[in-house]
Amino acid sequence: MAQILINHVQKVFKTPGKDVVALKDINLDIKAGEFVCLLGPSGCGKSTLLNAVAGFALPSAGDISVNGKVVTAPGPDRGMVFQEYALFPWMTVGQNIAFGLEIQKKGKAEIEQTVSQLLELLHLGDFRDRFPKDLSGGMRQRVAIARVLAIDSPIMLMDEPFGALDALTRRNLQDELLRIWNKLGKTILFVTHSIEESVYLADRIVVMTYRPGMVKRDQYVDMPRPRDPSSAAFNDLKRELGKLVMEEQERQAKDELKLSAGD
Amino acid sequence: MLGKLKNFARGVLVPVLLLILWEACLRAGLFSPVLLPAPTAVAIKWWAYLMPMQPQEAGQSYLAWMFSGELPHDAYSSLFRVVTGFLIGAGLALPFGLLMGASTRIYDLFNPMMQILRPIPPIAYIPLAILWFGLGNPPSFFLIAIGAFFPVLMNTIAGVRQVDGIYLRAARNLGVGQWTMFVRVILPAATPYILAGARIGIGTAFIVVIVSEMIAVNDGLGFRILEAREFMWSDKIIAGMITIGLLGLAIDTAVSRLNNYLLRWHRGLEH
Repeated sequence: MAQILINHVQKVFKTPGKDVVALKDINLDIKAGEFVCLLGPSGCGKSTLLNAVAGFALPSAGDISVNGKVVTAPGPDRGMVFQEYALFPWMTVGQNIAFGLEIQKKGKAEIEQTVSQLLELLHLGDFRDRFPKDLSGGMRQRVAIARVLAIDSPIMLMDEPFGALDALTRRNLQDELLRIWNKLGKTILFVTHSIEESVYLADRIVVMTYRPGMVKRDQYVDMPRPRDPSSAAFNDLKRELGKLVMEEQERQAKDELKLSAGD
Repeated sequence: MLGKLKNFARGVLVPVLLLILWEACLRAGLFSPVLLPAPTAVAIKWWAYLMPMQPQEAGQSYLAWMFSGELPHDAYSSLFRVVTGFLIGAGLALPFGLLMGASTRIYDLFNPMMQILRPIPPIAYIPLAILWFGLGNPPSFFLIAIGAFFPVLMNTIAGVRQVDGIYLRAARNLGVGQWTMFVRVILPAATPYILAGARIGIGTAFIVVIVSEMIAVNDGLGFRILEAREFMWSDKIIAGMITIGLLGLAIDTAVSRLNNYLLRWHRGLEH
């Protein structure tokens, strides 16, 4: 049974002059435990779709349901990891992770136990009492992942979470994420514009078109993990997806030129 | 260590030279000591002002006796007024500012009135303060509260408005309700602005306390320097002014320490 059901979803942004159709007739069903990447150039609506699933910006038409319930607002059953980390800077690492549990009015002992476990799972033990400003980008994103894991939502929404990290930190966190996903069996909806990242991570890659955002290709990845980015199969798929993404990227670039020429 | 000593020496060089020059002018008889007393005379007066006036009584503790002088009493009275008035003013401004910052409707209702009231200096309220509250501490509290109210209010509004939307989205995603959002997200996120406002507010409060003591009460540092003028005690006037400066410095240091502690999480904070 589909855990996330995206049903004829359309999103229109009203701007003075003309309306921009960001999403057009998107239909997807995502099963529990699936790792799905939304892939496409900027402006293809992948973040818009993620925000719609999160409940931050609802679709203009169509609907999204999660476990049979239509999404109308953000909620802790769909934990979100943002590219900008969005950690609360006035809370320590430990307090950030505990915050979601305090809201759910969990007992002190239970919170303490969960926080300790997560600190260990994400190798953050020594940083419990530090403030986010003292952490590197990679560390911050670990905390953000731990914060979402703490509320134990079955679904994790990730909006280009590793986009701001250097290549080595990025690979390191990708491996961590796969390890955690393996261990906890979450459903992950992961937005990225990196073809390599999507092939490395996903069970299924949804390539989106540039304006209006539609599904261009719904590609299942049948490669055992850990995947070797230098293998032939990996690179064949990468090349194939790269072609699709570049077509959209060119449309986006043309559009941008037209826009700046018109101004 | 040597570098520190050097800096210190550089810092005191100009004041010491000025004091020597000032003392020399008085010794040479260039000015009348009634109008401008010598620094040594001011220092002696300050010491007398600081020290107890009566010998230690039987049963009085040493500490109580040491603080029984006129200066400690005046400094305490002024400080008490500043703190009380500030707490009233800031205590009203904070919740009000949070509401005005968070709700455009409340903001639209009250902002025009605030903009009209804000430019009126607290000093201009003196006649009303006396009319409404008579003499003694209450008019002082009122004036100081007004002085502290507006800086805290304006900064709280600005602080709430600049809260980054990403924190609100992250909190809503974790399932935060309205009250928790206010207390645990918006308020701490606005703290840097609020504290900056509090610091301006307490500075204003300190100006207003000196003025208010010149009109309605019979103790405090402001009262004391005005009283000294009536007796032509210019040495005491200057001693009182120095005390005001020291107290102001102490308050500002304390507030800035508190600031550093409360904002220890804040990026770009210089200690």
